[in-house]
Amino acid sequence: MKAAGVFVAIALALALQTTLGNALVAGTAAVDLVLVAVVYVALTSGPGAGMLAGSLAGLIQDSLSSGVIGIGGLAKCIVGFLAGGIGQQFIVTAALPRLVMFIGATVAHAAVFMGLYVLLGLRTFPSPWSAVLGQAVGNSVVGMVAFGIIESLPGAIERRRATRRPRR
Amino acid sequence: MSILDIRQRTGYLFLAVTLAHVILISTQVTTQRGVPLLEELVFGAFAEVQRVATAVFGGIRNGYSEYVALQDVRADNERLRTELAQLRIRLQQEQEAASQTRTLRGLLDLRQRVALDTVAASVIGGGASPDFRTITIDIGTRAGLANDMAVVAPEGVVGRVIGASALAAKVQLLIDRNAAAGVVDERSRAQGIIVGMGTGELQLTYVSGTADVKTGDTVVTSGIDGLYPKGFVVGQVESVQRSAGEYSLVRVRPSVDFSSLENVLVVTTLPAKGDRPE
Repeated sequence: MKAAGVFVAIALALALQTTLGNALVAGTAAVDLVLVAVVYVALTSGPGAGMLAGSLAGLIQDSLSSGVIGIGGLAKCIVGFLAGGIGQQFIVTAALPRLVMFIGATVAHAAVFMGLYVLLGLRTFPSPWSAVLGQAVGNSVVGMVAFGIIESLPGAIERRRATRRPRR
Repeated sequence: MSILDIRQRTGYLFLAVTLAHVILISTQVTTQRGVPLLEELVFGAFAEVQRVATAVFGGIRNGYSEYVALQDVRADNERLRTELAQLRIRLQQEQEAASQTRTLRGLLDLRQRVALDTVAASVIGGGASPDFRTITIDIGTRAGLANDMAVVAPEGVVGRVIGASALAAKVQLLIDRNAAAGVVDERSRAQGIIVGMGTGELQLTYVSGTADVKTGDTVVTSGIDGLYPKGFVVGQVESVQRSAGEYSLVRVRPSVDFSSLENVLVVTTLPAKGDRPE
């Protein structure tokens, strides 16, 4: 994926998250579209791109939120790096490995994010399990659908071209 | 040129980026002074992206509804909604005035308390992270906004300004886990502190065990926190749990539907310095 594509993916995820955020956030079933985009970039472009995309996206998210700038950036940086590294070492093109990747990425992100806040004594998370579980399910569904749509687009165009009849 | 070219230096780069994040976090956690420059720059820049995104979505929506479906009716409806919102805000102030009169407060004191300067704002973006409950509004320091100014809606209290650029501001919603406000039970005048739970609900804390709090009671701001003006509705008591003569858990349902906020009022009258909390 080209650098421009990474920026577009992150910007699109941030725009959708901030525009549709109210619809996405419903109690504990929250979806982090930016994290989904970071994992996508990491799996398609490797650990370097995943790390940089995670850092950039996390920092922007932090600056738009009321938390400490850098915690979200660091969490997404680590997740992008790990997801990219795993994506290079293992074959994650099938549905099940990707599902596991999204769930693992969400859990890892939550662990770093919540862990740092608790470690620094800035916030408490009384019952994080349900929130993390809800977000893991939400992110996985959105991520799988996004992967499916993006990967089906070139094939669909080719099929359409192939089935088009020549004009007389 | 592919971004994959940096792969050979990825390990070192990862360490450098991680270190940079740690330093960034450390500077904020230790100093705690004012708004960081990075936050203001990034927030200011991305607020413009949010403004454009909102303008694009709004343009498409308005184009359909105004020119295809309703044309001028839509504009009239928007104007009437704005007027209705302002009138409902005034109605709340009048209701509070009546309540204070019943409690034999002086008329002069009453007039000072309800004389609030407000400025209208539109919501141009929601929270960027599901872990924090914030919104972005389309006015900033150029319109006279500053940190800790209260933000209200016709239904009640929305939150407070926690960061502002020239043309936009970040508002921490009352349901955010780090938000709090001084409140009073409108019926029994029992005082407490309302805190956000991060899940869309509020919790009433620091309520005296002898206080009278019942399900269905309306909770309004008390004004003692020095942030929110007195008498604005916060929500209704949803459930009350007691143990050993004390209130163990009092849940409050917010009066504001934070998922459908479009227009808000920012109270530009900052409380006196002596009244503000440390």
